[in-house]
Amino acid sequence: MTPSVTELRVTAEDRRVAWLATAAVGLSLVDAAIPSPLPGVKPGLANIVTLVVLARYGWGTAVWVSGLRVLAGSLLLGYFLAPGFFLSLTGTTLSLLTLGLARYLPQRWFGPVSLSILAAFAHIGGQLLLARLWLIPHDGVFLLTPVFAGAALVFGTINGLIAAKLLAEPAPPEVR
Amino acid sequence: MHWLSLLRPGDWLIMLLGALAVGGSIPLFWQGGMAERAIIRQEGRIFAEVDLRSRKQFEVAGPLGTTLIAIEPGRARVISDPGPRQYCVKQGWLMRPGEIAICAPNRVSVQIAGRTKVYDSISY
Repeated sequence: MTPSVTELRVTAEDRRVAWLATAAVGLSLVDAAIPSPLPGVKPGLANIVTLVVLARYGWGTAVWVSGLRVLAGSLLLGYFLAPGFFLSLTGTTLSLLTLGLARYLPQRWFGPVSLSILAAFAHIGGQLLLARLWLIPHDGVFLLTPVFAGAALVFGTINGLIAAKLLAEPAPPEVR
Repeated sequence: MHWLSLLRPGDWLIMLLGALAVGGSIPLFWQGGMAERAIIRQEGRIFAEVDLRSRKQFEVAGPLGTTLIAIEPGRARVISDPGPRQYCVKQGWLMRPGEIAICAPNRVSVQIAGRTKVYDSISY
């Protein structure tokens, strides 16, 4: 085989991001398979990965993993560049920014559950704003806010608890 | 219970604040309460104010003819109107406080009212 001119060197960090993003994409697929009573109310299981990554490897890695998850998840589920993709992207961006700020909260007092709830609220807030500004320019969009906020609180708490449980266990050995 | 041991003190605070935010968002976004009355206007003046627990029909006369309005428990609608574009008829049932169907050519409107006054900019 002709040796390639451009040499892509894959670092251990790249491999780690790829593995974690794969896990997040897998959870996105599980998420999509769970029937939902209302479009927009989803458990957001992939955020467990984001929370664990944030705690173990820092914010930068969390951004990579989430970004790849949104991209690959939308390609697999067939909504890449559809409205759902931009909703997902906006929600993820806002929750990552929130996590970026919230990780400076004193860890003795605020654990993964706090981060998860804050991120969930930021996520739904971003989606509602985008929906209002772009998809449905009508204040009727906000009628469902209490339902979405309630779901964000419940699922944010559950995901945070799962992330806290995972983080309470010793870190796995580095994947290859 | 080992799940509870995963929660730190601040987590409880965030959960409480989250619950308050959810609770607070209900009156904020679902203001106006339930649909209680329908206000029918003719030429801008109140023609009838009807309790939305009854089942009635109203014939309101306007410059073009008669607009027929139906009142049912919890909802109201314009059944027929002599106007050319039929916007108010196509709106269908009105159920939430602040909703309004205006048959402009015939100068008739029907509006849903609740416990509190809802601002137009929020309903529409």
